[in-house]
Amino acid sequence: MSDIKNYEIKDFQHDSEHTQKEKLLEIKNLKVQFGGIKAVDGISIDMRPGRIVTLIGANGAGKSTTLRSIAGIIKPQEGEIIFQGENITGWSPDKIVSAGISMCPEGRKVFPNLTVLENLKIGAYLRKDKLDDDIEYVYSLFPRLKERHWQFAGTLSGGEQQMLAVGRALMSRPKLLMMDEPSLGLAPLVVKDIFEIIKTINQNGVSVLLVEQNANMALKVARWAYVLETGHITMEGRGEELLADESIKEAYLGKQKTK
Amino acid sequence: MKILTKKSMCNLALVIVLLIVLVCIELFAPATSMWFSVLRKVFTFSLAAVSMNLLNGFTGLFSLGQAGFMLLGAYTYAVLTIPTDLRHTVFRNYGDSIFNFQLPLVIALICAGIVAAFFAYLIGLPVLRLKSDYLAIATLGFAEIARGLVQLQQFGPVTNGPDPINNFTAPKNILVYAAIAGVCILIIIMLIDSTYGRAFKAIRDDEIAAEAMGINLAHHKRLSFVTSSFFCGIAGAMLAMCNTSVSSVSFTSSMTYQILLVVVIGGIGSVSGSLIAAFIYYASSEWWLKFLDLETFTAAGTKIPLLGPGFRMVVFSVLIMIIVLFFRSGIMGTREIDVYGFFCKLAGKGKAKKAQEGGAN
Repeated sequence: MSDIKNYEIKDFQHDSEHTQKEKLLEIKNLKVQFGGIKAVDGISIDMRPGRIVTLIGANGAGKSTTLRSIAGIIKPQEGEIIFQGENITGWSPDKIVSAGISMCPEGRKVFPNLTVLENLKIGAYLRKDKLDDDIEYVYSLFPRLKERHWQFAGTLSGGEQQMLAVGRALMSRPKLLMMDEPSLGLAPLVVKDIFEIIKTINQNGVSVLLVEQNANMALKVARWAYVLETGHITMEGRGEELLADESIKEAYLGKQKTK
Repeated sequence: MKILTKKSMCNLALVIVLLIVLVCIELFAPATSMWFSVLRKVFTFSLAAVSMNLLNGFTGLFSLGQAGFMLLGAYTYAVLTIPTDLRHTVFRNYGDSIFNFQLPLVIALICAGIVAAFFAYLIGLPVLRLKSDYLAIATLGFAEIARGLVQLQQFGPVTNGPDPINNFTAPKNILVYAAIAGVCILIIIMLIDSTYGRAFKAIRDDEIAAEAMGINLAHHKRLSFVTSSFFCGIAGAMLAMCNTSVSSVSFTSSMTYQILLVVVIGGIGSVSGSLIAAFIYYASSEWWLKFLDLETFTAAGTKIPLLGPGFRMVVFSVLIMIIVLFFRSGIMGTREIDVYGFFCKLAGKGKAKKAQEGGAN
């Protein structure tokens, strides 16, 4: 526990130099149950603006449930979700999207029978202003999407679909982009590309909350990381420090292959 | 408005050509021609099929309540357009109708739509929480309940109980039917092409992703359901005009299945597909295949065995099976009619001419 405290203090000192002190997202004691099963059992997360924060953990640890609760798709039984000082617990998903949180769901979930361009436009569904600049921005991040803008999203490859899912989530001009397993089912080279893009998006001013099973990749890009196990946070710390942690290596990275 | 592209110009030209054909039929065809009764039905069921497609094909809500909404529309229209001096003869078993006025056709049509839409809103509140098959069963149940309720003696002064309603305004001119169906279908097409339409398609493709994009599922499903029912109600009113008499026994669930068949044959998610399919379906079943029901029919002097009442439906069912086998996703799939592209193909490859009749009007 003392380790965690140390990391936190360092992190805070580092912060005060460039970023504002207020929190972008704060989750207090979140509890979600499905039937009698506790999927998330009292987790608390703090996130500062401009960061990449990751939640790592095995299957069934409650990572996706946490994201879906933040997005408003699942209603938590207990706890508070505070975004930019406003309690958004129990808000409807559309209100949460307008507040500036956008989710890129697990397994991509692009709309297969809509074209690439229509998919992007759906991402900006709640906006009433001009979309041309945003579409250009997404095309500049993913030139492949521009080439294929007239194609049905169902005909894209897995990597392209993931690009589209990220682009679509960016169309609502989020302050916080939540990504649920962006590396799922993709070739290692494509995964690398996607993570490069995540860094670029973050440098352009969007905070990213990343849920990953691919702990190695996630910890490399993340500023701060939480480790989830069966609904509890068991560890938290800076990405690079967790990457070097022996127990993390053993549980998530495969001991020999670190680096 | 968008600038007219070559594609939309060509489609517009097709609509105009079909309209001219329609006017010619109206003016020059002999009064006994089958064209009239068939086209009236075609326009009625085109509208019903397109409105069902809005719900089933574009929003992905599998609803089978069409007959119920058409019944509401038909009764509303019929009750509101009986001339005041004829009312007591129509409602003779119940003293008199509680309505003592006659509305003009257009207003009565809109009322028919509104009544259907109002009931859609009410039953939509509980029913739209259901998904796929369960929604289908619930809406089918509603249609049967509606059919049962209008027959009740207690509703006699409003619905004429189990007795048919007749003597209401029923135009014969097929251009009237074409105009009503045309305007309504145009509105549906505009809705599908709007941002709302895109949201409907997103819900159809993936509900969870749509919700994550900020689309309010309950609101959009309700909107689609109510709009679809509104136009179903108008289609019901058109059916009342076709038949010149309204009786609850004709609005059975088999009518819903007919509409569903038209939608499936045309292509789930294609407006022009529904139109083509409606034409083929009603022209075949009411007209082109009618000879199969005649025992006396002879071809080249020889009598064909098996012909007789009911044989038409056997042949017709086989034809439908063939269509479904060879066009897995319906005649048009999810595509729309594209005259320009068709002619480009024709010029490029010299391909054989395809049947394009019954197109986008």
